[in-house]
Amino acid sequence: MNFTYSEDQLTYRDTVAALLSGEVTADSIRARWTTRQGIDANLTQQLADMGLNALLVPESCGGLGLSELDFILLAQECGRVALPEPLVENAMAATAMLSDVASSDLAAANQCQDTLKQIATGNASVACGHWINPYVNMADTSHWLLLPHGDEVHLVSTQTVDLIAQRSSDPSRRISKVNWQPSRGTKIAGGQPGAELWRSALNRGALGVAAQLIGLAESILHRAVVFTTDREQFGRPVGANQAVKHLLADCAVSIEFAKPVIARAAYAVANSPTRADWAVSHAKVAASYAALLTVRHGMQVHGAMGYTWECDLQIWMKRCWAIDKTWGDAGFHKNRIHEWLLNPNALMGAEHTFGKSTSPSDESNSQQGAG
Amino acid sequence: MQDNIFLMGVTQTWVKGTFTMKLTYTFEEQGFRLQVRQWLVDNLPKQPLNSFDTQKGFEQHRQWEKTLASGNWGMVTWPKEYGGRGCNLIEWLIFEEEYYRAGAPLRVNQNGIFLLGPTLMEYGTDEQKERFISAMASGDEIWAQGWSEPGAGSDMAAIRSKATRDGDEYVINGQKTWSSRAVFADWVFCMFRTDPDSSRHHGLSFVLVPLDAEGVTVRPIEQLNGLPGFAEIFFDNVRVPVFNRLGGEGEGWSIAMSTAGFERGLMLRSPARFQQAAKNLMGLYRAKRNDILDLSIEDAVVRCYMDAEAYALSTYQTASRLMSGGQIGAESSCNKIFWSELDIKIHDVAMRLLGSKGELEADSEDASAELGNWLDGFLFAQSGPIYAGTNEVQRNIIAERMLGMPRK
Repeated sequence: MNFTYSEDQLTYRDTVAALLSGEVTADSIRARWTTRQGIDANLTQQLADMGLNALLVPESCGGLGLSELDFILLAQECGRVALPEPLVENAMAATAMLSDVASSDLAAANQCQDTLKQIATGNASVACGHWINPYVNMADTSHWLLLPHGDEVHLVSTQTVDLIAQRSSDPSRRISKVNWQPSRGTKIAGGQPGAELWRSALNRGALGVAAQLIGLAESILHRAVVFTTDREQFGRPVGANQAVKHLLADCAVSIEFAKPVIARAAYAVANSPTRADWAVSHAKVAASYAALLTVRHGMQVHGAMGYTWECDLQIWMKRCWAIDKTWGDAGFHKNRIHEWLLNPNALMGAEHTFGKSTSPSDESNSQQGAG
Repeated sequence: MQDNIFLMGVTQTWVKGTFTMKLTYTFEEQGFRLQVRQWLVDNLPKQPLNSFDTQKGFEQHRQWEKTLASGNWGMVTWPKEYGGRGCNLIEWLIFEEEYYRAGAPLRVNQNGIFLLGPTLMEYGTDEQKERFISAMASGDEIWAQGWSEPGAGSDMAAIRSKATRDGDEYVINGQKTWSSRAVFADWVFCMFRTDPDSSRHHGLSFVLVPLDAEGVTVRPIEQLNGLPGFAEIFFDNVRVPVFNRLGGEGEGWSIAMSTAGFERGLMLRSPARFQQAAKNLMGLYRAKRNDILDLSIEDAVVRCYMDAEAYALSTYQTASRLMSGGQIGAESSCNKIFWSELDIKIHDVAMRLLGSKGELEADSEDASAELGNWLDGFLFAQSGPIYAGTNEVQRNIIAERMLGMPRK
């Protein structure tokens, strides 16, 4: 039992955090808002050069062959700077989905390996139009789209679909509806394997959102602390008042207790998929709770400034409000947990926090106990 | 071979994913769990004990502490020479999980083993450890704690009770209050003002006092459940040897504050307690859910289970970090808020599920097994946000020390 990140994971996170905090500023994000595509092509290339797009891609396809556990720390940093580029969604959901096919014995494995090699070199990108989300973010800057038709998974060239652009309340997002026709040529999986691919993609996508939400929340909290330390009323900093301190302390508590939940979910996705559904749902719900609370309190302590277009806080707040509802909203994830809790075979109790705690025979006993 | 693997690990740890997070129990940890489980099966009292806030229940719980000690299970993290097993923090968590899983009695000596014990380990002389730790581990001496005074609650630096040096003795005068377990306990650890000219957190000393000493008067205070769970203690020219002072004269404040920081932050309430309560809550929910009209109950149940789990995960993470050389910081204040509010939530949902039966005391004619200990737990949970530093004080600590907000 060891619940710590490795030194290397933390070092790599710091490297990526340093790059992002240098390159992605509130001003540069506002500059993106005035462009049609909404992304910074140079930064996109830089991220690709660091191998971030292909972090979860097997080494045999030119990727880094790392796991979701390695990625969530980076996803948190992407959230911290409110990165508009769809790195987390594309790498965690879409590219990882292709990797799953590439490592399988499905007929499309070779095709997916070739596509992954292009992604690893930064020459291609893929986005995921999961059935749980009505819109795809940044679809028009992706070369490929993964789209559902029932349980089938289709890999479709973006050039062959109609993208019906929608306008998000978060000016950093470029969401669109995808009109398309499935064909035999675009299908890469179906039936049970297809359903499994969608299920894994949902878990990875939700996990990526959870990690980003925590980064976003930490950034908002930091801004709120700085603002209330600088701003003076009644001859002293606003943040010296307990009423203000307690609002932000509650944010800190909810953030601190969401982090290990996210780590456990990432570990489950990477190592014990049978436990992933409920672990991910827990992570998403906990992160959403922390983020929305921090948005609410963070804005409150900014006073009227927080309600202006000028105040950069909106960049982080609107991202939280928008992505909180993606990859399964609170209702979807709470219901998954609720179903699990009602399952007579659910392993409950402290000894089962990490799954079966002792021998298999013990599990059957405990199941009877829990039922 | 070992060396090669190690070197490879160092250069390729991250790329190969070795030496990283591992959320499964080792073979040894599983073996330890089964060993604890078996010992509890063999030794658990056959009948539930009375509340330790009654004379009879207190002695029953003292007996249970002796039984635990006889198997060296009293405080598993302590060194073997003090009756422990030298366990690491993960093993301690496993022990606690099995302890609550078995429904074993509450620890009547928790003030001693969780608070004073670690402080003695860190600040006590060899002679003091010799004198106090073994008797604490064996259950021969049960401890009360005496921080608060009528004028010093959240503001502990306002302590006025005095210990005046007289040769090899201190002469103690003053009053403590809200002293948990003091009605039946043998000893109390306190802070007294040893420098009469001092103020606030200067000039305080940490002193251990036997409750049967001449001049000590203990007046029970009935808690919300009608039992004398705490007391006022009056000191009238009570004499104790200077030997009973822990740490240097005037160092009481820093000792009390750092009371082996992580044990306090980590050990006071282990997560298994709340996970067990959440599991029991699920049992109640499954039985009652079809009778419940309250639309918010599903959400509340899910939230309770998630939060109990989150507290466990957070504790494992902290334990792992401490074991690899890390420190616990102001974020331990987050723990206090989280578990105390969780405890209230769990019991609040249980009372909602029990509906109008929830008010029944256990000896009522219509009381059924389904009522369990929910009412007791509900009343006790109300004290969580108050004791061990109110949650408002914890929020101040989080805001000022963790977030860096201005003091004034």
